[in-house]
Amino acid sequence: MSREAPESLSGAQIVVRLLERQGIRTLAGIPGGAILPIYDALSASTLIHHVLARHEQGGGFMAQGMARATGLPAVCMASSGPGATNLLTAIADAKLDSIPLVAITGQVPRAMIGTDAFQEVDTYGLSIPITKHNFLVGSAEELLQVIPRAFSIAASGRPGPVLVDIPKDVQNQLVEVVEWPAPGCADPLPPPAADLISRAAEMINGAVRPILYLGGGVVHSGAASAAVALAEKASLPTVMTLMALGAMPVDHQLSLGMLGMHGARCTNLALDECDLLIAVGARFDDRATGKVAGFCPQAQIVHIDIDPSELDKIKTAHVGIAGDVGAVLQRLLPAVEAARRVDWLARVAWLKAEHPLRTPGIDDPRTPYGLIRAVADCLDDEATITTDVGQHQMWVAQAYPLRRPRQWLTSGGLGTMGFGMPAAIGAALAEPQRTVVCFSGDGSILMNIQELVTAAEEEVNVKIVLMNNSSLGLVFQQQTLFYGERIYASKFKGMPDFVRVAEGFGVPAIDLDGASDPRAALAAALSARGPMLIHAGIEMREQVLPMVPPGAANKDMIGG
Amino acid sequence: MNSLTRTENQALARAVLELDVNNHAGVMSHVVGLFSRRAYNVEAILVMPVGNGQTSRIWLLVNEDERLEQMVKQVEKLEDVLAVRRHGAEHEVFIRLEEFFR
Repeated sequence: MSREAPESLSGAQIVVRLLERQGIRTLAGIPGGAILPIYDALSASTLIHHVLARHEQGGGFMAQGMARATGLPAVCMASSGPGATNLLTAIADAKLDSIPLVAITGQVPRAMIGTDAFQEVDTYGLSIPITKHNFLVGSAEELLQVIPRAFSIAASGRPGPVLVDIPKDVQNQLVEVVEWPAPGCADPLPPPAADLISRAAEMINGAVRPILYLGGGVVHSGAASAAVALAEKASLPTVMTLMALGAMPVDHQLSLGMLGMHGARCTNLALDECDLLIAVGARFDDRATGKVAGFCPQAQIVHIDIDPSELDKIKTAHVGIAGDVGAVLQRLLPAVEAARRVDWLARVAWLKAEHPLRTPGIDDPRTPYGLIRAVADCLDDEATITTDVGQHQMWVAQAYPLRRPRQWLTSGGLGTMGFGMPAAIGAALAEPQRTVVCFSGDGSILMNIQELVTAAEEEVNVKIVLMNNSSLGLVFQQQTLFYGERIYASKFKGMPDFVRVAEGFGVPAIDLDGASDPRAALAAALSARGPMLIHAGIEMREQVLPMVPPGAANKDMIGG
Repeated sequence: MNSLTRTENQALARAVLELDVNNHAGVMSHVVGLFSRRAYNVEAILVMPVGNGQTSRIWLLVNEDERLEQMVKQVEKLEDVLAVRRHGAEHEVFIRLEEFFR
């Protein structure tokens, strides 16, 4: 607590002051009746830049973009009722990917709660299952504990979203503030159990065919370099989940890239042969494991995770270590013997040579893989890559040379179409020195297209690469492969002119389909500063391969 | 209650969970929500404030199945749950209440 001359402040002013003290300099949201007192107080802040989203979900994903790019809790705001319900998808998305988010919503005055008042909805009740924790604030005084606590909960342990619902009369209530609380930060964690670390080290030292399996927790914990160091010391072939891409550079000689439903054949086949799986900050998601009984069937399991409820949830671990993965890896490294594993690495090298990821068309910028490679050729590792959800997301996950943690921002757990562009805006606001590229599809982009005007207004350095196949590509692909080619509701008949749409929103746009030299056009578009939409047509029948059919074991892949 | 007969129900293994929680509106909702969203039936619930009323104790009677371990871990993660203790079905808290349900 810090002591200053007592001030008489409204709840709204207290919220804004606490956000300033927390270090928040940019937040995204949309005002409305029940949150107007906070917006009025925000108008007086010289420290906080408010980004006016055009849909609350867009605002929520902008905050997510800031949080994913920096690792620090970010803030979004919405009014009561529809403002709050529009935020819910972005909050649920943050929950599933463990992103620290503080959502502040206005609520009808306390006396009107439960009366079906105008724009009243039970935001507290609605947000229980999709937040790490939530608050309905009962008095202005309480804000002094609740706001710092919200940040602390969002950042502590396994990060996640926290919602603070503030009735309008609480925002207007005046209280005397004598002392300011310290900003909320992550609570310290107990050190991991030393005996379990020794046992894990013994298992790694004794393993013949070990594989290191990295998840998003490695990125959240800032443990990417520790993970790479462990892999190098013990010669561990390494797979990454969608969320972990970038933790180990994809062209590192130990990297097997992404595992699971759209992983390379060699990756899933190596996992099928391993005798020890070292899972670090990963949660055995079904898209990663395929049929669980068929996942690493011969392997013993070491599972390291900050969330004890993840241990033994899907697969029973032979050694389960609860703790910050960075702290665990730091202790594990000296306990693990340097090993060369010549035979196992040779076997993995053979699998890679025999069953590599096939990327047809990689040299032709008019194909999916070729376009992704051409974009990467124009950029360095400082660029940040976001995606929407669908075929384009999987192609980029497979083929973009990701080499840096937090370089890759994607909606993994919830798989939310509409995530990519607002998340890119948020990432660009948080790190304006970077070029942020959002790969999107014609299905996804329309789900938050209105944020193009926000991108124009904020002049963010966001390049949207729109891969347009005139369809909901993954649905089309699944109907083709698993539903007897009965294509239904996945082909778009009407197609907007996306170049004109972007220009109409104030974002310059180019169409690669009409460019005589698409590489040169791309290079020019990506090097100009400011927002830009790059449209590229993609053949509708292109598929993401290989693919593990839903419910099958990972080794039974189709194609690729 | 589910569609099992009373005898079938009694044959199932039961567990009694004892939770120390903060006492404010919404805490019950957080706790029971974890069970209901997994379609995990809570057979009996008992809550009373403890001491000066800052905290409450929640007693839950649940069927013992393979998900219970995971349920307990999820309950322990809740911000307003201070402690969770697990007892066998022989715990008398609900047995002694039975006379109010005749």
